[in-house]
Amino acid sequence: MTEPSLAVIGAGPAGLAATLAAATRGIRVTLLDSAAEAGGQFYRQPAPGLGARRPQALHHQWRTWERLRDGLRAHVQAGTVRHMTDHHVWFVERRGTDGFAVHALVGPEQEQPAEVRATAVLLATGGYEKVLPFPGWTLPGVVTAGGAQAMLKGGLVLPGRTAVVAGTGPLLLPVATGLAAAGATVAALVESADPKSFARRSRALAGQPGKVAEGARYTGQLLRHRVRTLLHHTVVAAHGAERLEAVTIAALDRDGRVRQDTRRRLVCDTLAVSHGMLPHTDLADALGCRVDGTDVSVDDEQRTDVPGVWAAGETTGIGGSALSLAEGHIAGRSIAARLAGRAPDPGEWAAAARTRDGLRAFFAAVDSVYAPPAHWAEQVTDGTVVCRCEEVSAGAVREAVHELGAGDLRTVKLLTRAGMGWCQGRVCGSGVAGVAGCAETAGRRPFARPVPLGVLARAGETEEQ
Amino acid sequence: MNPLELVRAEPGPAFTVTLDGREIEALPGQTVAAALWTAGVTSWRTTRGEGRPRGMFCGIGVCFDCLVTVNDRPNQRACLMPLRPGDAIRTQEGTGHDD
Repeated sequence: MTEPSLAVIGAGPAGLAATLAAATRGIRVTLLDSAAEAGGQFYRQPAPGLGARRPQALHHQWRTWERLRDGLRAHVQAGTVRHMTDHHVWFVERRGTDGFAVHALVGPEQEQPAEVRATAVLLATGGYEKVLPFPGWTLPGVVTAGGAQAMLKGGLVLPGRTAVVAGTGPLLLPVATGLAAAGATVAALVESADPKSFARRSRALAGQPGKVAEGARYTGQLLRHRVRTLLHHTVVAAHGAERLEAVTIAALDRDGRVRQDTRRRLVCDTLAVSHGMLPHTDLADALGCRVDGTDVSVDDEQRTDVPGVWAAGETTGIGGSALSLAEGHIAGRSIAARLAGRAPDPGEWAAAARTRDGLRAFFAAVDSVYAPPAHWAEQVTDGTVVCRCEEVSAGAVREAVHELGAGDLRTVKLLTRAGMGWCQGRVCGSGVAGVAGCAETAGRRPFARPVPLGVLARAGETEEQ
Repeated sequence: MNPLELVRAEPGPAFTVTLDGREIEALPGQTVAAALWTAGVTSWRTTRGEGRPRGMFCGIGVCFDCLVTVNDRPNQRACLMPLRPGDAIRTQEGTGHDD
């Protein structure tokens, strides 16, 4: 290989920050991303054909986005960055001393293969939402909170007229205010976190004044849109025949159990639900990178334990866009130095490192505050489908544990097919583990997305031909 | 207020696609899922086991719940697939294949 080069996988905040930091320092970068436009989930843009003249109405930190967007544009025009849109990366292959081959599928059909060679790889694959099961959660009209937001930001559409936003986590706030600003009636924001645990972690949370201001701004917007916020409450069930018509909500007791006497029904045609986020770690795992729990493990320079592979953003642990930017920036600088054959000086990125440390501490506190109800699995009736793809019921999972002796998630899967469908257990993993009472283990998938057999058969043949 | 007003959108001219033969309008750049939501449709698949209705869930291509048949190709993710004039969307039953 002649000139050192970098492949960045993911054009969200982490991938963009790394791309700009590395390209500015003379590294040739190929940025691969599955979307038609850069931005990732956080800065997801409306399709150009929709002609949005004020897209910032749906966004926060718009000036940061403008800097990233304009920086990318300048590098693409200068030929220092190649931005490959609509590229769905399914595997990163180590090629010995030659570096890496990044394998992708092109376009929304995802049938045509593409391959990119690079001497170093940055994994900035982001995360996706965790949703725990409850009766009725497969009804049309029940969507993930982030999904509702993605459809609003990208397609300028709403799922319905009256929404309940529910679950737990900081994401519920922008989703509720975003839906309300775009014209939906938000009947309630139902958050299972206990206000007492906010008080207990107040010092750690107040250590980030920017985040406190952000929280205050959302509170103001919720008031303005007259959105009722119910803390320490949960959705017990979703109701409807062919689509969502109402939800039952209830307060939680001290132990996190549903207080049956507080059950009540809210009429709605949309339930936007989320119980947190999970990192995409498939590419890292397949490369042999260490994954701690659910997060790709990195050092102070954002290097994984596989030489030539860096990781930044949500894939190294959920922490939002500002943390992703800091990590991406550090990764880009580290990569630029290492590919030039020198050890980087961490003093160059001291400010970014301080931001990173502060935000990691903040999100550790956030994680301990926002939690699903401790006994959520008790509310999952035997008839509730927990694996949406394979239509495996909670009853079948419980039978595998109690009648057939399954003691771990893998055995539950082999006995029930839970997690064997299209999504490969990404959606149901946490839910099945909770219902089974098994420890949640990170899913191991050789490929990051479904690959046509013909593409798989031809991959790696290019050198011989 | 609606989302288009919120961002002061001036979309290109709407075009026609079909859902099970019925004409619906779509805006340039919208995905299958976005156009169906605009048309008030929230379900466009039935599951292969119980025949239950499904539509959009994760919205970012992870969950595969929004599978639909577009121009006779089954199992396309409605949340990712951009529409073109004249596209024929069909409700997908089961695997989407004749089996």
